[in-house]
Amino acid sequence: MSEIAQKVKAIIVDKLGVEESEVTPEASFTNDLGADSLDTVELIMEFEKEFNLSIPDDQAEQIGTVGQAISYLEANVK
Amino acid sequence: MNLRRVVVTGLGALTPIGNTVPEFWNGLSNGVSGAAPITRFDATLFKTQFACEVKNLDVEQFIDRKEARKMDLFTQMGLIAADEAIKDAGLDLEKINLHRAGVIMGSGIGGLRSFQDEVTDFARGDGTPRFNPFFIPKMIADICAGFISIRYGFRGPNFVTVSACASATNAIIDAFNYIRLNKADIFITGGTEATITEAGVGGFNALKALSQRNESPTTASRPFDKNRDGFVLGEGAGCLILEDYEHAKARGAKIYAELVGGGMTADAYHITAPHPEGEGASNVMKHALEDAEMQPEDIDYVNVHGTSTPLGDISEVKAIQKVFGEHAYKINISSTKSMTGHLLGAAGGVEAIASILAIKNSLIPPTINHFTDDEDFDPRLNLTFNKAQKREIRAALSNTFGFGGHNASIIFKKITE
Repeated sequence: MSEIAQKVKAIIVDKLGVEESEVTPEASFTNDLGADSLDTVELIMEFEKEFNLSIPDDQAEQIGTVGQAISYLEANVK
Repeated sequence: MNLRRVVVTGLGALTPIGNTVPEFWNGLSNGVSGAAPITRFDATLFKTQFACEVKNLDVEQFIDRKEARKMDLFTQMGLIAADEAIKDAGLDLEKINLHRAGVIMGSGIGGLRSFQDEVTDFARGDGTPRFNPFFIPKMIADICAGFISIRYGFRGPNFVTVSACASATNAIIDAFNYIRLNKADIFITGGTEATITEAGVGGFNALKALSQRNESPTTASRPFDKNRDGFVLGEGAGCLILEDYEHAKARGAKIYAELVGGGMTADAYHITAPHPEGEGASNVMKHALEDAEMQPEDIDYVNVHGTSTPLGDISEVKAIQKVFGEHAYKINISSTKSMTGHLLGAAGGVEAIASILAIKNSLIPPTINHFTDDEDFDPRLNLTFNKAQKREIRAALSNTFGFGGHNASIIFKKITE
């Protein structure tokens, strides 16, 4: 697992209060991990802080699963 | 109009001298001080370095970690006290009409810690506006009432009252009125506050409102003592279950006391200083007595606002003497803030509980830390110094006054058929 993937998982475990084993690439924030719309906004914000980048709203809306977050960040973090 | 009778059927307290109602009462009756050096932040540079903090609070015992993270401490505390009150009242949520159950909580400030941290974080950054989506809901003063309704399904009137240190008493009076007027049957009400932060202590220090007796925190809150030098900041929550008397009787509830009257006035004088002759304060006690259809002679105990400030204590006692006349010498007067510190918007909640338990247990909690008489107070008054006093109490009056010149008083009476 990449360093980015590890950090993403740690943030999700912390913010959503879920077990690490639940945080699979396919897991959807809202359907599988119990997040509501505000939780999702907070996750995006935490990713921005952690990786020091800005995720535009239209792209943030496309990030709904753990795997989507990891691939977005792997492609965009310099 | 025929007004309904309102009784108290449940209590919940989270205070600097006890995290449950029995522990709180134990602290009150034994004259325990809740003051100690501040642990919530490094207060080394502050003029005041102590406060009355709630101790050994395990929030996750009451609220799931994921939920707790979205709440400021003031909301967590209010929720914990509400939980105790609901359980104490023996309410079966399946059986009561939740559309006629409301929540009115008082908070003078709201989520000060959340506000301070988020704004500080922004100010330290490069100007990119990266605010947490929970920032606003954590900070706003009404959110505790919202969380309580979500947890228990109370769908009746729901809001916060904000009148500084009178907030919780205003909340209780509002709930009282809605039940009297048949707009609801039951309320969770009271107050919650958590402002022991850099901004809270620094702000009150700038007003010269806080005691600076850093060498002796436990003796710093000394209402009516000649050497009092300001209040001691406290935190916590006090919740009451108020209920229509017939509703309570029908479900066989235990009844602590009857809430018989409330008064509300303004000083219309100064933003922080009390009226020197205690005009608003005497009017508010008169209004509460009129509302209760009682005479001054019917009151046996006054739980004062009595914050231990040089001016406030004097004007309140003047007001009591004006209202009660000769009877002032026959009542017990005490300031439980000598033990709890000043819980600001939650003060009226915990002091209502102190007054109710005083009636129930026939014991007046003391004004601790009395060392030196102050000639500004009539020595014939019984200020219940240092030790609790046994006494049958027919009715007790509780005063709270807030910055802005808000005054609110309520009267609890021993329950009679």
